[in-house]
Amino acid sequence: MKTKSTNYINLEFLSRSANEAFARGAAACFAAQLDPTLEELGDIKTAVSEAVTNAIVHAYPDSLGKIVMKARILDGDVLEITIRDWGRGIPDVDKARQPLYTTGGEERSGMGFTIMESFMDALTVRSGEGKGTRVTMRRRIVPRRVSR
Amino acid sequence: MEMKYKSENRQLTITLTGELDHHAAKGLMEAIDRCMEQNLPVKTLLDLGGLTFMDSSGIAVVLRAKRRMEALAGALVVVNIPRQAARVLETAGLDRYVDLI
Repeated sequence: MKTKSTNYINLEFLSRSANEAFARGAAACFAAQLDPTLEELGDIKTAVSEAVTNAIVHAYPDSLGKIVMKARILDGDVLEITIRDWGRGIPDVDKARQPLYTTGGEERSGMGFTIMESFMDALTVRSGEGKGTRVTMRRRIVPRRVSR
Repeated sequence: MEMKYKSENRQLTITLTGELDHHAAKGLMEAIDRCMEQNLPVKTLLDLGGLTFMDSSGIAVVLRAKRRMEALAGALVVVNIPRQAARVLETAGLDRYVDLI
């Protein structure tokens, strides 16, 4: 069943590490309309940073490629963020989601998916070798005001 | 991302300011390595009080600093950890391996 969104953004950017800060900052600005707490905002920024960094490091290890971030506000004050790349893909998603598993460099800890799972309410990873990866995360922002 | 340090009586204090992500991590690791090699500390305090953001790249930075200190037969203590960075370190269970204050 298709979920109705009340607002959305689409951002396309190059897989340069300098864009990690841009992506999490943009996601936080978009999420701000749900009036999140600072902790909720920190969680969202962290999860987005992990997903975008994975795309930069693993999808396009030897080249630059396209990353698209889509953020939507769904009914029930739910924020949905999708990070999509068209890179190498993940051969074994279940293995990649294991804590401490990494094929990245020394500056990666292998905790990216674990943090995304812990900091968001739901995480879906779809990937195909040579086709790219789509990471979708959802987080409900608990309303703090009577009316918006 | 900015790093400052001071060394007194072989105690090294490294202070980080700004956002610690993958973009900043590699250069920061190399800078910390050089700093430790030059000062040969027996104890290093890694002060995260000035960080406005940290993702899992910070875990790798802390673990590498700990390994470097172990190679020098010294100790690493991470201090002044902001709430957001603490959540990342706690999620990784780093408190079992590193002194976090």
